[in-house]
Amino acid sequence: MRKSFLLFYLLLPFSAFAQEDLMKLVSDSNEVFVRTATFKATRIINGHSVETVGKNNMDFIISHRFDRINRGFEEFFGLDAATNRLGLEYGINDRFMIGLGRSSFQKTFDYFAKYKLLRQTSGSGSTPVSVTLFGGYAICTQKTTPQLSGSDRSSYTAQFLIARKFSEALSLQLSPTLIHRNRADIFTDNKTVIATGIGGRMKLTKRTSLNGEYNYVLPNQIDDNYKNNLSFSFDLETGGHVFQLLFTNSFGMTERQFITETDGSWGSGDIHFGFNISRTFSFEKKSRAKP
Amino acid sequence: MKHYLILTAFILIFNFASAQNKLYSSNKTEFSFFSKAPLEDIEAKNTRANSIINLSNRELVVRIPVSQFQFKNKLMQQHFNENYMESEKYPYATFKGKINEELDLSKAGVYSVSASGILNIHGVDQDRKLSGKLTVGEKSLLLETLFEVMLIDHKIEIPKLVFKKIAEKIEVKANISYSPYTK
Repeated sequence: MRKSFLLFYLLLPFSAFAQEDLMKLVSDSNEVFVRTATFKATRIINGHSVETVGKNNMDFIISHRFDRINRGFEEFFGLDAATNRLGLEYGINDRFMIGLGRSSFQKTFDYFAKYKLLRQTSGSGSTPVSVTLFGGYAICTQKTTPQLSGSDRSSYTAQFLIARKFSEALSLQLSPTLIHRNRADIFTDNKTVIATGIGGRMKLTKRTSLNGEYNYVLPNQIDDNYKNNLSFSFDLETGGHVFQLLFTNSFGMTERQFITETDGSWGSGDIHFGFNISRTFSFEKKSRAKP
Repeated sequence: MKHYLILTAFILIFNFASAQNKLYSSNKTEFSFFSKAPLEDIEAKNTRANSIINLSNRELVVRIPVSQFQFKNKLMQQHFNENYMESEKYPYATFKGKINEELDLSKAGVYSVSASGILNIHGVDQDRKLSGKLTVGEKSLLLETLFEVMLIDHKIEIPKLVFKKIAEKIEVKANISYSPYTK
């Protein structure tokens, strides 16, 4: 018994800290980090994602939607006609951004702001989801007869964007939406429409992903001829650009147009091919830490 | 029998305490890297690293949360994490090493030091000898180092399809201040 104790004492001085123990000491288990890149871009496809543009960064977004694929060969499957939207988005800080855009469809101008209320974190006491608030205003400026007042051509959108990055590959988003049109195109339609978007992305490789988005309008609000918006896209990013190649049943790119006024049906082939290209510029002052 | 247990406890406590006295932990760290690129220089800063140095056997460890590198261009930051470092899969870069020079680091002064050990970036271990400057003050240490990382050594792929050319070699600069370790 005594002998074994003596042996134990002899060994004690060698129980100094090894590198592995140091590594344990340095590993702070209370670290909480914000999970980034829930989606690659500020849009899932047509609708907004929880992402905002970073501080002092500006995104320039060029979007095209071609005509319906079922126009056939004479119209080259819709490629002969297209609408576009040019957009600029700017990050005031890492949570708050503003943006504007101009669509050729109905000559629409749109303005919006987005604020990241909650950011998903990993680690102890983590926040399970990211929540972003979205508020937008859009006005069509296309001439009509009779000419409508500016107020009658205006619409407003409010959204709660709730997303979770489940894994590196899978992110899902739920987007409860309220859209108010001062004047609906069909007078029996509700002016204020409640909808909810469901969207997600599945990463295929480090630089590509498949996205899907469905905007469900709750029943008995709009005319039966309107369809719910459904879109799929393939995202490819290369350096400073994100390309989204997409298929959707909507021609317009503002919330009012694609959520409440989509008249194309996937079943009858009213599918539009389109793309979004975004390019990021940084305006942060350079503090060249040259060696 | 009882005496033995008390003695054991004393020795253990003393041993632990004396080892702890020689431990210094980082209170302020700054890691930055810089890479020259034709369109836009790539640079980022990280202040969330941790390090501990054991003066008695001159061992040191450094642990850097990769996702906490801050870039001016946030898209670049996203690409860094998502495409190059895969920081969800490999959240930390680490260095486990030992200072080679047999110095008495309890004496104040400025020492040129080198440390040999394992640098792990992107989940890939590399045996490295890094050199730097260690300033020993009263109850404080400052470690400054500058080293290069070859992307290919750590299996960090540069895609063929990029508009921006990215250097194959990244220069990393680190400043770590230490104070006596307290739990």
